[in-house]
Amino acid sequence: MATRTGRTMLDKIWDQHVIARISDDTDLLHVDRHLLHDLGGSRGLLDLKSRGLKVHSPELTFATPDHAISTALGRSGTIEIGQELLASLRTETTASGIRLFDVGQPGQGIVHVIGPELGLSLPGCVIVCGDSHTCTHGGLGALAFGIGSSELTHVLATQALIQRRPKTMRVNLDGKPAFGVSAKDLILAVIGYIGAAGGTGYAVEYAGSAIRGMSVEGRLTICNLSIELGAKIGLVAPDDKTFEYLQGRAYAPRGAMWDQAVNAWCQLRSDDDAVFDREVTIDVGKIVPQVTWGISPEHVIAVDGRIPDPQTIDDPERRAAVETALDYMALKAGAPIAGIPVDWVFIGSCTNSRLSDLRAAADVVRGRKVAAGVRAWVVPGSEIVKREAAAEGLEQVFTDAGFEWREPGCSMCLAANGETVGPGQRSVSTSNRNFIGRQGPRSRTHLASPASAAAAAIAGVIVDVRTMRP
Amino acid sequence: MPKPFNKLTAIAAPIMRSNIDTDVIIRIERLVGNSVRGTLGRWAFGSLRYLPDGSENPDFVLNREPYRHAEVLITGPNFGCGSSREGAVWSLQEMGIRAIIGCSFGDIFFANCFQNGILPIIIDKEVVDELAAEVQATQGAGGMSVDLEAQTITSPSGRQRSFEIDPRRREGLLRGLDEVSLTLRRNDEIKAFQAADRAVRPWIYSAANPHE
Repeated sequence: MATRTGRTMLDKIWDQHVIARISDDTDLLHVDRHLLHDLGGSRGLLDLKSRGLKVHSPELTFATPDHAISTALGRSGTIEIGQELLASLRTETTASGIRLFDVGQPGQGIVHVIGPELGLSLPGCVIVCGDSHTCTHGGLGALAFGIGSSELTHVLATQALIQRRPKTMRVNLDGKPAFGVSAKDLILAVIGYIGAAGGTGYAVEYAGSAIRGMSVEGRLTICNLSIELGAKIGLVAPDDKTFEYLQGRAYAPRGAMWDQAVNAWCQLRSDDDAVFDREVTIDVGKIVPQVTWGISPEHVIAVDGRIPDPQTIDDPERRAAVETALDYMALKAGAPIAGIPVDWVFIGSCTNSRLSDLRAAADVVRGRKVAAGVRAWVVPGSEIVKREAAAEGLEQVFTDAGFEWREPGCSMCLAANGETVGPGQRSVSTSNRNFIGRQGPRSRTHLASPASAAAAAIAGVIVDVRTMRP
Repeated sequence: MPKPFNKLTAIAAPIMRSNIDTDVIIRIERLVGNSVRGTLGRWAFGSLRYLPDGSENPDFVLNREPYRHAEVLITGPNFGCGSSREGAVWSLQEMGIRAIIGCSFGDIFFANCFQNGILPIIIDKEVVDELAAEVQATQGAGGMSVDLEAQTITSPSGRQRSFEIDPRRREGLLRGLDEVSLTLRRNDEIKAFQAADRAVRPWIYSAANPHE
């Protein structure tokens, strides 16, 4: 093993949270923030109760409904079981003294949108949630990852978690993104390059001039898709942009404590001589808008590219995988991806439902109309995003164009609340997974950026957003 | 509390497609509710196992004899990638799966397996492919033996291979240990950590009383 003098950001945050060493590479870590949602939150609290245990640190635990509630105006369409989950989330969080950001309140929203937005998620925090996209919060320099139901119960009971230290990978995104290329396009291109299993077992730190030049919301999008690389942790070193983003947020520290926190956060970046287990460098200047064609996020191509042809693939396993994907997606091998008709456009999800995402989509939509035959939804990521977007006129831009403007929640990203893309229908979605049936049984999903999704809604087909600019 | 796992000889079924995600293992709508456990076995691999009309897909391996009695899965790369839903593991457990052999797994799925008494084994891809080929050569009739104590897999031909496993995970499975109870014994350490940390990082502990 190489002599390591420098420490990575992962090492620094990890070491600061070790309560006890369990074995050489496994520690009992303190959890600073535990976020609960309606799909698993009350189940965990009930599980705890059935064991005769109490929530260890309710003051470090926060809850909001997002997965199973309807996003119809007035929440009118919430399915019965979703209503039950919401009711039990209210009862159980109240009984345990856990702060709940309830429907209609500022603070409610997709759990990975509200954490940063409220200043609950902070640099250097260990943040867990029963949802794999918890890696999103790494965009602020937090060590954040998704956990299963058993681990969730463990955290409720102990405010700690036993974890094996992951390997480290640094992905350097250097250069300046070209016109029409967003954070979503960059990370989709990274997944295409490294593969859906390329990050398995790693915590991925994103660095380089493109990351330094990127907004915090863009970094949240980048980190959000870490799990689609196989990495349950994604991180970006906090910097002045991070501090500017957090200062004044409802739950962020203030006054002298703010200064103290910023001083500590400035120490978190990886040392110059830190050594990573794997290092990847990508010139982002060459990346163009991306769109997925298949059933894994690694099935991604440039929007001006062609759908892969299995006949040209020698490896029999890869060939079979491409054939399966093309069959499911009903796509013709070798054809251009642009021009394929779409039935649905979904702008939302923990990946791309923040104000900057809605602005990027609205810039494409403004003064235009959704194509005939396309249903297009905008589901803001949170109550606060919804209100801010309405206040600056974005809601009007979308509704004038024929989009449906919805209440905040996860909605059609994973279709847990009954909001689905129909069987055989094709969707362009700003979400994170194009898995088989993800947006509804036999639905077909193409992942893309907010601007690209908006462009598809207007054109009625998958289209290169760069050709749509005024 | 997980059931202990020691050794097992059982039918093994190969599902060799790469990137079988947790949405494919169990659809989300089956998991919406506080009391879904015990209802999930028949919905595991639903989109592969059933045709749109609800009948069994005869082409799917787990619908064929003897594979429908499988307790071991032999899987392609990145099995269980995707979401953190522990329901994916519950559904496999409820359909009788006790061990899963593959060259790589989704990280969160992998951890969830141990919480439910299922042994996921990571082994070289060449070995996974050989095991699948051996099983297929016997039309599934040849049993696969997995011995956690000895850390060995014995394939239908009688060939034995060793596998590596984190000693803590091994111990936990062998004894069916409950991590919550074990960690609660360290509550004094947890409290001491929080007390010391509060002095160093007070902003972590002040969030419950926002300024507004």
